[in-house]
Amino acid sequence: MAFVEAEPTIELLSVKALRFMLVSRVLDDKFASLYRMGKIHGGVFLSRGQEALSVASALSLQPGDLYAPLIRDTAGRLAFGESLLDPIRTYLGSALGPMRGRDGNVHWGHPRLGMYAMISHLGAMISVVSGGLLAHRLQGRRSTVGLSSVGDGATSTGAFHEALNQAAVEQLPLVLVVANNCYAYSTPNNRQFACKSLVDRAVGYGVKGVEFDGTDLETCLRELGSAAARARSGQGPQLMIANLLRLCGHGEHDDASYVDPNLKTSQVGRDCLEVAIRKLVDSKTVTAEDVALWKSRAIDDVERAVAQGQREPGPDPYREDWSALSTEALVERNWPQ
Amino acid sequence: MSITYLEAIREAQARALAEDDRVFIYGQDVGAFGGAFKATKNLAREFPGRVIDSPISEDAMLGLAVGAAIGGMRPIIEVQFADFSTVGFNQMVNQAGTHYWRTGMPCPITLRLPCGGTSGSGPFHSQSMEAIYAHYPGLVVMTPATVADAYHMLLDAVKIDDPVVFCEHKLLYYHLKGDLGSGDRLAVGKARIARVGRDLSIVTYGAMVHEATKAAEELAGEGIEAEVVDLRTVKPLDTDCIIASVARTGRLLCVGEAYPWGGVTAEVVARVAGEGFNFLDAPPMRLNAKDTPVPYHPDLWAVHRPSARSIADSARRLVQM
Repeated sequence: MAFVEAEPTIELLSVKALRFMLVSRVLDDKFASLYRMGKIHGGVFLSRGQEALSVASALSLQPGDLYAPLIRDTAGRLAFGESLLDPIRTYLGSALGPMRGRDGNVHWGHPRLGMYAMISHLGAMISVVSGGLLAHRLQGRRSTVGLSSVGDGATSTGAFHEALNQAAVEQLPLVLVVANNCYAYSTPNNRQFACKSLVDRAVGYGVKGVEFDGTDLETCLRELGSAAARARSGQGPQLMIANLLRLCGHGEHDDASYVDPNLKTSQVGRDCLEVAIRKLVDSKTVTAEDVALWKSRAIDDVERAVAQGQREPGPDPYREDWSALSTEALVERNWPQ
Repeated sequence: MSITYLEAIREAQARALAEDDRVFIYGQDVGAFGGAFKATKNLAREFPGRVIDSPISEDAMLGLAVGAAIGGMRPIIEVQFADFSTVGFNQMVNQAGTHYWRTGMPCPITLRLPCGGTSGSGPFHSQSMEAIYAHYPGLVVMTPATVADAYHMLLDAVKIDDPVVFCEHKLLYYHLKGDLGSGDRLAVGKARIARVGRDLSIVTYGAMVHEATKAAEELAGEGIEAEVVDLRTVKPLDTDCIIASVARTGRLLCVGEAYPWGGVTAEVVARVAGEGFNFLDAPPMRLNAKDTPVPYHPDLWAVHRPSARSIADSARRLVQM
């Protein structure tokens, strides 16, 4: 008789999540530092303040599920199963990374493993996840879930509207996670939408909607776990609105001086990592020494991975095949140069 | 057996669905209704669950196609009129067109675009979109002009691992009849000499192949023998075939139904000027639609687009240079 794996307790899941959050935060700090040293080509976009939501999103998924992370999902990507080297190689432009220097910063993925490589156009990944889910349906794989991660800014796009309506019409097992971090670049919520809460939109699409505190890890784990279970059991798309605050600029080029100081001291302005550590230590689930040890291990792991990434070669333009088509016979090679 | 261009498209889809379980069709009104032009007539009944009606959401339709293609399927997306594909443009050029380059994983989508002008259709149901898709890397753009090409090239499009924009011309849907041909087929990306001639090369594609052929017949009565080159695909562009034709005739007239700024005709002229300049006995000439939206009234429309008459006029001027 095979062992039946028991559902992990919320405490065990929280500890697992916390360790990914610590690595994500350490990695963020390292990227910020490398950016300031001029070691990174292009922009750097951090996940600070969104780690709890991000990690809970990925931990709600099972093998075979689909995941479309967005700009601030370092914790979720790691929890979904990617290597620490992937973000580092992508930011450093390593030829050995998943994007081989052809695309950079937050635009990496492993589509063969169900983790999509985002494009910059907001809202555009939602219908891609729906396509993956429709493929599963047509292939007779009925128990998988797809999770797409967006921010408050993406909710204003036509792509968001089209995709959520489409997923609702098809009753796809889509979990659409909106990290409402109060600002889309510098644009505050009151210049982004006029409804009282984004969750009010759920009824208009005919989908289940839930609004919750994105700064509390346990809440994120419970809400997203339930949402994925509902989607998996055939209850259709789930619109999940998490309220939190981006604890950094849009990118590291942005000092975020426009952020309302009152927000920083409000519930949404709490640092989800600090909140998670405090609650888990207070409940004696972990000790402060555990956390310090995990953090120091995370620093070691990140330093080692960055050192490796920095030793690796970048792409060689003279060995690049410069082919945007996989069908070699259809590639035009005779452009006048 | 002679069938219409539209029937060829329907038959090709039926065969693709029958031969490959990965193929499905997604688009507005394509299911029980059979499509706005009936290009999917009865297919929903013959292939249950695989011909799926979409909401009016071109962006989400093409995004879904990308996800399904990555997920191992071969989606055929019917956009009701090519003009409306602008709403889904982002997913096609930025998502489908970049996916293989970025990730190494191909994205096999066939995007069917009913394109080109028909009398009375006006500015938003008449446009030719091939040039803007061809401008972007990572896409193949087909412009079949014959019944046999409509059938076989659509089957090719579904088999190709890369995203294909299949520009099917609405004017040919009901009026053009032919058989599906047999024997050797031209490979994807190869142009065809539709008519042999010695005095000038008229290079064109889609419905304009038939206007050019009519013009060539009229010119033949005056002793001018025009060669007509049917490009078949505009991306990749068969530069070798074009230059070989110009080498034989010494004169190039490139005709397209799209707007005049840039586009396929400009690309052809640029390549001939760059790579076949020594073969030219006269300046290369282009003929396109006018630089206005496509007009509604039949009298305006007939003059807005190139026609057998305007092509013949241009050819006469070209051979006198």
